[in-house]
Amino acid sequence: MTPLEILAIGILFAGLGFFVAGTVGMLRFPDVFSRLHALTKADNLGLALIALGTALLTADTSVTLKLMLIWFFVVLASATSGHLIARHALRSGQGS
Amino acid sequence: MSEVLLLLMVVLLLTLLGGLVRVVRGPSEADRMLAAQLLGTTTVALLMLMSVAMAMPRLLDIALVFAILAAIAVVCFVATGEVRDHDAT
Repeated sequence: MTPLEILAIGILFAGLGFFVAGTVGMLRFPDVFSRLHALTKADNLGLALIALGTALLTADTSVTLKLMLIWFFVVLASATSGHLIARHALRSGQGS
Repeated sequence: MSEVLLLLMVVLLLTLLGGLVRVVRGPSEADRMLAAQLLGTTTVALLMLMSVAMAMPRLLDIALVFAILAAIAVVCFVATGEVRDHDAT
């Protein structure tokens, strides 16, 4: 196990920690908006760390660029969809 | 190395189950939709780990498609929701 692999595994576990925290947060929080809060954290940061860990493990530049592209799309998608869901919940009054 | 990745993938599957619990139990539509959003992102993360474990960079293309489809699913949900609100008033 080269030091690079150990570092990558550590980053992957950190990303996993954010995913688990986001899921637990989504299950336990009382209303829609706080669940959204937990969810978008897990999405953006958890996936960023997992993408970074994956990029470290595969030393190929084209793969790394594709991983960055995926993460960029997911950040855009989860930011806008978090806002859209919150507005929808606010409008139809189911939120609180 | 691959055992560690396998463990990571199993835990990600458990978070998928957690998302499914929210889909079943979610009181409002918005809860079900945000759970679907989390499932999409968890699948993208799972595909990334699989592309390393099985040394198949092709899986990242699938992850890219998933990332885009998750966004489109949310937009469709919000778009259909809007129409119903107008009928309600």
